[in-house]
Amino acid sequence: MSKEIWVFAEQHDGVVANVVFELLTKGRELAEKSGFTLCSVLLTAGNEEAMCQSLYDYGAKKVYVLKNEKLAYYQNDFYARTLSKLIQEHTPEIVLYGASSEGRSLAPTVAAMLHVGLTADCTQLDFDTEAGNLLQTRPAFGGNIMATIISPNHRPQMATVRSNVFKKEQATVAGECVLNEVSLEGIPERMRRVKVVKETAACAVDLNAADIIVAGGRGLACPEKFAMIEELANEMGAAVGASRATVDAGWISHHNQVGQTGKTVCPKAYIACGISGAIQHLAGMQSSDFIIAINKDKSAPIFDVADLGLVGDLNEIVPEITKQLKAAKA
Amino acid sequence: MRIVVCIKQVPDSDKVTIDRETNRLNRTGVPSIINPFDENALEMALQLKATYGGTVTVISMGPPQAEEALRSAIACGADDAVLLSDRKFGGADTWATSYTISLAIKKLGDVDLVLFGKQAIDGDTAQVGPGVANFLDIPVVTYIKDCKFENNAFTVEKVTEDGYEVWEVDAPAAFTVVKEANQLRLPSIRGKMAAKKAVIPVWGVEDLNADLNLIGLSGSPTKVSKVFAPPVKTNKEIVEDKEPAEMAAMLISKLKERNVL
Repeated sequence: MSKEIWVFAEQHDGVVANVVFELLTKGRELAEKSGFTLCSVLLTAGNEEAMCQSLYDYGAKKVYVLKNEKLAYYQNDFYARTLSKLIQEHTPEIVLYGASSEGRSLAPTVAAMLHVGLTADCTQLDFDTEAGNLLQTRPAFGGNIMATIISPNHRPQMATVRSNVFKKEQATVAGECVLNEVSLEGIPERMRRVKVVKETAACAVDLNAADIIVAGGRGLACPEKFAMIEELANEMGAAVGASRATVDAGWISHHNQVGQTGKTVCPKAYIACGISGAIQHLAGMQSSDFIIAINKDKSAPIFDVADLGLVGDLNEIVPEITKQLKAAKA
Repeated sequence: MRIVVCIKQVPDSDKVTIDRETNRLNRTGVPSIINPFDENALEMALQLKATYGGTVTVISMGPPQAEEALRSAIACGADDAVLLSDRKFGGADTWATSYTISLAIKKLGDVDLVLFGKQAIDGDTAQVGPGVANFLDIPVVTYIKDCKFENNAFTVEKVTEDGYEVWEVDAPAAFTVVKEANQLRLPSIRGKMAAKKAVIPVWGVEDLNADLNLIGLSGSPTKVSKVFAPPVKTNKEIVEDKEPAEMAAMLISKLKERNVL
């Protein structure tokens, strides 16, 4: 029997999360290199046919489905125990998870149960065909150092990957569904979800979904100057980001904070205004597609990660951008 | 209620800089701090203690100097502290760390609640909380911003990608706490005195009766195979000595080129 790579098919309300398709796309590459079979594992209460099809569409040749009414949504005890058991039965070589709130909680529980390695937030995955190891590369210290982690003596090798790190690309295969109606008997129900509250984002545009983020830092010099950042963001249809210093100073809500202790973002363009670029901040935005820095101080570390650096006074440059955008629209 | 808060001493990442020649961290003179998210866990513990009574014990695993972090926690109101320190713990990954910490919590005994920060800022893995909970065989909820206790169960608000969920969790339980939850209080004069006087036991391998195959480097499934500098940006463009209008126009055209605008 061929060895397997599994992608955990995180689903919400019967719809598979995007990051799963990104992982399957990467998984196809790993499968080709290793000769392993790309599979997926889905825990659900129903709607498995449609979800399996979406997984086949991205190359999953086999989908293990664990079905039970109580697996409708992520409950750590039920998910971790049933998944661990399945892993023990089928001994996949690799299991990948999205580094979502769910994946980042489920995966470490499974890793602890099975005494296997787990590497969080990988930005690159490769396969060493000689040693048979998954090469799991992740940034450390805010992306200033990269580390490649291996787990040579334990199987499966497990990793989480954030969304938007890999690109998804469809490649439909005729997959097979292995349906297991599982019993949760013997697993005590120690935690119960009693309410789900959906909140509209505090800022007009959600930082995680925004194509462009305009972010302000200490260089703004006073809280009122955020209005200038907001105006530009409005004009661009962008979200407003902020450095930790400005949030700590109470200039803007922590909902807007980008960085290690705030949100990790990956927009198509990130415009850092008056942000010096502490590691703390770089950690949260360094993987953005295109980074523009506007700062008076030419030696500011933000310029090290910028694709376009504008050395100058943001009080002059930022309103000028807004003005030109408005003029172009008029 | 007996509460244990697990904290980690980390370098203050706001102060760490990178030597661009060698691509190494300049750590000299960089102060060590309590991992910022662990401060939120500590504050939550102190508030729970104020509401429901009980004790707050802080534990940390690390080198001998991690004792400083424990003393600052006592200064803020924790009752006592334990340091897990032994050369044999060295090189532990999140699996071995979780196992080691769980042994210490078992040794403390009769714990109702174990709190962690949502992740540590030096590694960002968020794995030790769920790991410890597994070894203690207690339920865990991650990323909580609020916690109440009634009828031997906790009611917590868990932050999710698009809002929050309310969970009811039987005690004993473990939670990881997000920044939105609170802000750590300042140490009081009395707290500072207590911190100064506190005798902090140091537990090693023998105190924990730890299986040598499950701790430190040998207990760690993951190994670092390579450390390298991230790829340098090659196509970068730094513009100075130009009029703001020109710079603005340049920015706009770059974004248009990339179809972002």
